[in-house]
Order: sequence, then structure tokens, then C-alpha cells
Amino acid sequence: MSVRAPTIAAPDGATVRTGVLARAHEWVVTVDHKRLGVMYVVAGLAFFLIAGLEAGVIRWQLAVAGNTVVSPQVFNRLFTVHGTTMIFLVGIPIVFGFANYLVPLMIGARDLAFPRLNAFGFWAFLFGGCLLYFSFLAGDGLYGAGSAPDVGWFAYAPLTGRAFSPGNSTDYWNLSILVMGFGTVATSINLITTTLTMRCRGMTLGRMPLYVWMMLVVAGMAVLAMPPLSAAQIMLLLDRFLGAHFFDTQAGGSAVMWQHFFWFFGHPEVYILMVPGFAMVSEIIPVFSRKVIFGYPMIVAASLAIGFLAMTVWAHHMFAVGMGAPLNSAFAASTMLIAIPTGIKIFNWVATMYGGRIRFATPMLFACAFLFQFLCAGLTGIILSVVPFNWQLTDSYFVVAHFHFVLVGALIFTVFGAIYYWFPKATGRLLSERLGRWHFWLFAVGFNLTFLPMHWLGMLGMPRRIYTYPAERGWDLWNLVATLGVPLQAAAIAVFLVNIATALRRGKPAGDDPWDAWTLEWTTTSPPPPYNFATAPVVESRRPLWDLKHPDDPDGPHE
Amino acid sequence: MFAPVSTPAFAIRELSILVFAIVIAIFVVVAALTVYAIVRYRRRPGDDGREPPQVYGSAQIELAWTVVPFLIVIVLFLTTARYIFAIEGRAPTPGALEVTIVGHQWWWEIRYPGLGVVTANELHVPVSDPARPTPTFLTLQSADVIHSFWIPQLAGKTDVIPGKTNRSWIDPRTPGVYVGQCAEFCGLQHAGMLLRAIVHPKEEFDRWVAAQRTMAADVPAAHAGRDVFTSLACINCHAVRGTPANGVFGPDLTHLMSRDTLGAGVAPNTRENLRAWVRDPAALKPGALMPAMQVSDEQLDGLVAYLVTLR
Repeated sequence: MSVRAPTIAAPDGATVRTGVLARAHEWVVTVDHKRLGVMYVVAGLAFFLIAGLEAGVIRWQLAVAGNTVVSPQVFNRLFTVHGTTMIFLVGIPIVFGFANYLVPLMIGARDLAFPRLNAFGFWAFLFGGCLLYFSFLAGDGLYGAGSAPDVGWFAYAPLTGRAFSPGNSTDYWNLSILVMGFGTVATSINLITTTLTMRCRGMTLGRMPLYVWMMLVVAGMAVLAMPPLSAAQIMLLLDRFLGAHFFDTQAGGSAVMWQHFFWFFGHPEVYILMVPGFAMVSEIIPVFSRKVIFGYPMIVAASLAIGFLAMTVWAHHMFAVGMGAPLNSAFAASTMLIAIPTGIKIFNWVATMYGGRIRFATPMLFACAFLFQFLCAGLTGIILSVVPFNWQLTDSYFVVAHFHFVLVGALIFTVFGAIYYWFPKATGRLLSERLGRWHFWLFAVGFNLTFLPMHWLGMLGMPRRIYTYPAERGWDLWNLVATLGVPLQAAAIAVFLVNIATALRRGKPAGDDPWDAWTLEWTTTSPPPPYNFATAPVVESRRPLWDLKHPDDPDGPHE
Repeated sequence: MFAPVSTPAFAIRELSILVFAIVIAIFVVVAALTVYAIVRYRRRPGDDGREPPQVYGSAQIELAWTVVPFLIVIVLFLTTARYIFAIEGRAPTPGALEVTIVGHQWWWEIRYPGLGVVTANELHVPVSDPARPTPTFLTLQSADVIHSFWIPQLAGKTDVIPGKTNRSWIDPRTPGVYVGQCAEFCGLQHAGMLLRAIVHPKEEFDRWVAAQRTMAADVPAAHAGRDVFTSLACINCHAVRGTPANGVFGPDLTHLMSRDTLGAGVAPNTRENLRAWVRDPAALKPGALMPAMQVSDEQLDGLVAYLVTLR
């Protein structure tokens, strides 16, 4: 995205080098938060395409009963790698990529606090991602041709033990997540430090944009949740290579302990991915409704509450494990409680729209779809927190539908909205609104066609992760409908890629502030210069650009 | 789950109606507000470009939409907790039928310790009269990886975990066949690990138990096949009571032909399927851990002729 390469490629007026290799070299050695942010997002989108292809094959195989498009082994690898990719190689890099790009700009800083650590985080992630996909070539090692992990993305012990998972595919899974975990912790520490120490003059904590507040919460959760996962991965490595018995049930290890470790990371992880979505719509909805966010302090409080509660709900993934009635009740309570701050946010977004003059540009279309789909996702989450009901629904397609509504219907939709919203800032070019609407409607219809019926399939008793099913179970129709949504989503993504490609070459110039927005990133040029701001900004309220545009009625007195 | 026949499943359906009522009400209210905001406050053609009034918040409104959800959560939690303790906390009634179910990659071993019966992939239980309940209590164990026991019409899932003993119970009120399958990914043939619960009237169940307790049938005409069976590695894994075969890694075959399906539900138990299965299990169930025994056609005929006598 170097349309105006000279502006961002020549730090401090150094001589501009041309040629593909020279420019590639500049991207490889960069420690600039904006370039790293763009690289995170681009790499995340590339992995998104790969994971989408994997999902397409999965849906093709399940379209009709008794299908034989792929063998059971290939099917198991596909859903394992699809899940791992979407969580670790799509979700995390995209949300942290956006934070990389936006947080310094929004707080009026020149870069993140530790630029080199930032570059380390990115390259650790990319290396981890390549490690996972390298397993397709080398996973079986000496055992023969290539393979890939086939133990599911949460890799329950003891299926991951040497006895049940020979070869090296599980080791590639293990090491890639270990490496990426280090990168994520590094970036999180960087974001926390930057936010706490590098805000421009006048920007108190209470005046930070909501996006920055929520990313602070996300980084805090990541710092707490990632190390236990890394610890578990190291224990698994010891089990597999040095004959330790942490998770080896044949030798007295505990299969349940893996689940506690994994979900102690895994559930905060859901919020690590979802709160950035909240953060993005908290910027988009006010700007396109032309109203200040409703209840700023309450949204900040709700975000902090989600951050704390998110650390206390992990075992709701384990209601069928046999933890006993008291523990099950406790985790049901914490899970239901987290619905309250989440609900508060939805109410505040709707209240922000209420009384506004809503402009339905593409970012706002995605934000509106987010509201409905996230409402569904939240309510199916409540359903799943009702433990006895959960005993029927867990590990069925109902859960598959639930978390795809969370991670696609809510997160991916907001990410698309955010790309349409901030692409002009990063490249200086506007994406086409016409193609944007095609992208939106195709994706919204395709997504719901695929994932709404899965709720029903789960209630009909279809377990997840089965490579086929017999016709007499009565699951054919809704599986076919679900598969029919796939071409629509694929078409939407194709439109999206065309939109980006044409906008990069001949999109309309965006100007500094195409959306008439209010946060600091829109005061600098598009794309911003390497030093971000020519003069250090000074702010007096939560919406510095509103104050600038409405000197007669600044925000300050109202806050 | 929509056609429950056993108390835990009935309770879950009952609870689900309450839960659905609550979440659908919330959905309708919130979605209606959102649609209203979107439609009513969309920018219309001829908009003068002025900014709408800026509303920064309202403590009363925030308080209202914090307290109301909190009250809903309290109601929901108390109801949920009551059902959790009623289902999970139920102590076994003395003299109730006890069954031990052992999950294997990829089949179910089913043992009746009090009755001396061992079978596979079919859980036979007596019907339970609500007036005089005769529930069945299940002990769940695993021989290898984690599985999950799930027959939706009888009860929710309970995981089957190596190194941990879990409990569940059912009291089906209607005779019939109820299909379930393993619900926790357990490797290559997770999809091919089906389970059938067969609920009998009381007398029929007693007859089934009596038949299962007998030794394997000894049909002289099948001795040739039996000798093939006992001379091959079949007996390393399979048991046939009354013969030297006493393996424990595969299903007990003493009354093989009393079962409806082969390979944990992947094919109906017919003579043709049985022949195909013995020739090469992977043809019916790719990845099945039973190897193809590389027997000649003649040996195969003998084996099948012997196996079909195991009624």
C-alpha cells in the first residue's frame, strides 16, 4: 500500500531508493508502526483467504450425506488448520495490526514505545504462521509424505500424545503457536506502555478515544492469557520429546489439566479478538451517525468489566467434563454476568445512532450488520451458559454457529468496516462505495445463509468435526443450505480484492479527513508521514477535531 | 433434543423453553430499537448538512439498562443452578441398574457388572415407569483419548475421559431405539463412533439379559470357521465366551449377531456386510484399528459362517 511511497518510504529525508528489491528491503527492515501495522493486516488477510479455501472444502464435503470429496484424514486436517489459522493467523494479526497502526496516531504519538520489539512481534507471528503451513510439506517427517496437524484447534490431550499423534504434525502446530504467543505478548506490552506513557499533551486517560481504551484492555488480557498457553505448549513439548507425563493419561497425567490451561487462554482470547471489534465500531458508529458516543464513561467501565470477567469464565467450555455441580454453577454465573457489560455496549451504540443523521457509507453498513449479528451471537452465548442446555448443545453445530457469529458475524464484519474506514488514511485513496455495497450485501447474505442453519443442525443433534453423516439423520437439507452460502461469501471477497486493487491504482484521493471525523489520526496527511505529526498535537476533549470544527460548541464543557 | 424420553432430557427441554422465551424477548426488543434507530434517523435526501444535537449520555438510562439485565441474569442463574443440581447431583438409587461404558477409538464397550454381561455399541436398558422409576446409572471411562457420551433424546453430553470416571443417568419412559454418537473429537473415525440405546419393556429386558449371559452357541457345522477364528490373531483382540478367545482390545463377539450394526454403527449387521467387514474393515470404516486379516476366500467363508452363529 505504498501508493505515495516517497512520503512513507524515506524517513527523515534520506535519498529515495527505487526498484522492487530496494523497496521490499525497506519494508523488511522497517520499525515504523504504520508499516508494521499494514504488514500485519495484509498478512492476516492472506491467511484469511487460505483459511477460507479450507472452509470451502469442509462445506463442500458436508454438502450432502455420505460425501467423499476428501478422506476423513484430510477433513480432520482441514478443520484443525482452518481453526488455528483463523484464530492465530487471521484474528490476532489483524486486530493487533490495526492497533499498531492506529494507537500512536490516535494518541498523538510518533511511534510505539518500543519500535524494534514491535518489529520482532510481527516477524515472530509471520514465522509462526509459516511454521504451521510448513507442516503440510514436512509434518510426517520420517514417516513419509507431508501432513498437517489433525487434532483440532484446541488439541485436547491425550490425542496429542505420541501414542495417538505420531509424526511431527502436532509439533509444528505446537511450535508455531508457541512462537506466535511470544510475538503477541511483546506487542501487548508495547501497546500498554505506549498508551500509558506517550499520550500527547492534554490527552488524559478520560479523553482517550474509545478505540485506545479498548485496545489497552485487550493488551492487558493478552499479557495475562498468553503465558499459560505458552506454558502448556512447553509441557506438551516435554511430553512429546522428553517423556514427561503432564498430559499422558496412561502414566497418570491429566487430560483435564490441558483443558484448563488451554481455555484459561482460550476464553480471554475470544475477548482479545472481539473487544477490538467493539473498539472499531465505537469509532465508526459515532462518525457516521454524526453524534458523540453515548455514555463514554459507561463504555469504558463496561470494557474494563469485560476485561476482568473474561479471565473468570474459561471453564464454561468444559461443562460436560464432569467438574461437578458447584463449579459448573460458578462458571455459569460468571458467564451470564459478562453479558451485562456487553449488553451495555450494545445499548450505548444504539443510543448513539438514536437521534443522529446516519450516513450509510460502507463502514456503517458493516457496523449495522455487526449490531444484529453480534446480538444473535451474544444471545446464543447466554443459551450456552445455561449449563443443562449446554450439555445438549456443546460440541454440536450450535456451538459452531455461535462462535462463527462471534468471530465472523461480529469480528470479521467490523474488520471489513474498519478497512473501508481507515484504508483512505493508510493509502490516501478511497475504496469504491459501489463495490463496497456489493461486498457488504453478498457477504451478509452468504454469511447468514451458511451459519444460521447451523444453529438448527446443532439442535437436531449434529456433532461438530464429523467428516460425514448418514442420510437418515435428517441433516441433509440444512447442510446443503449452509454450503450454498459459500459461493456468495467467496464472491464478496473477490469483490473486496478487486476494490482494493483498483483503489490502489486509481482510487479517488482521500484527503486528510474524508469522513468528517473527530479523532487525531484525521488531522495528519493520508498516508501520514513517518513522524506522524508535524507538530505535537494538544487536545482539550475526547473529540479534538470536533472542537476544531465547532469552536462555538466544544466538547470540553460537556464531559 | 426435541423428542425427549428420559428425565434429564425432559428437564433440559423444559429449561430451554424458558431460556428461549427470555432470549427471543431480548432479541425482539433490541433488534426493534436498532431497526427503529436505523430507519428513523437515516440521513434523508435534502439533508442540510448540519450536525444533529449532541447527546453525551444519561446516568438514569445507563442505570436502567444495567439493572434490568442484572435482574434477568439473577433469575436465569437461579433457575439454571436448580436444574444443574437436580440432574448432576442425583445420587444412585439402591438396587438401580449400573452400566459401565468404556470409550475406545472408535467404538463403545458396554459392561453390566452386576449382570455379567458385556456387549458393544448398543446400550440395552429397561423402560422406567414414572410411577415406579427404574433409572439406569452410567459409569463412563475411556481406554484411550477423550470421547463424549451423547444420546440427545435421553440426556445431555458427559465427556468420557481417560484417567477420570464420570457418571450420568437415564430413565427412558418409552421403549424404542435412540441413536447417539461420540461428541468429542477423538481422532480419525470420530464420525464413525455411533451408539444406540435400546429401551426394552421390563420382561423383554430380562429376556435379553438372560440371552446375553449364555456362553457362545456351539454349532458343529461352524467348527471349521471357529478353528480359523481361534487360529488367527482375531483372539488377541476379541473375546467369545466359551472359547479360547479372550482378547479385550476389540468388541466382545459372544453374541455378535444380536446387534443391529457393525463397526459402531457404520453399517447394518448383515451377512454381506459382515463378510466385507472381516475382509477389510477400512473399506467400510477408513482408519478402523482392526486390520484386514488377509484371509483366503475359503477362510473368509468359514469365518463368516462361524460368526453368524454367535446369536
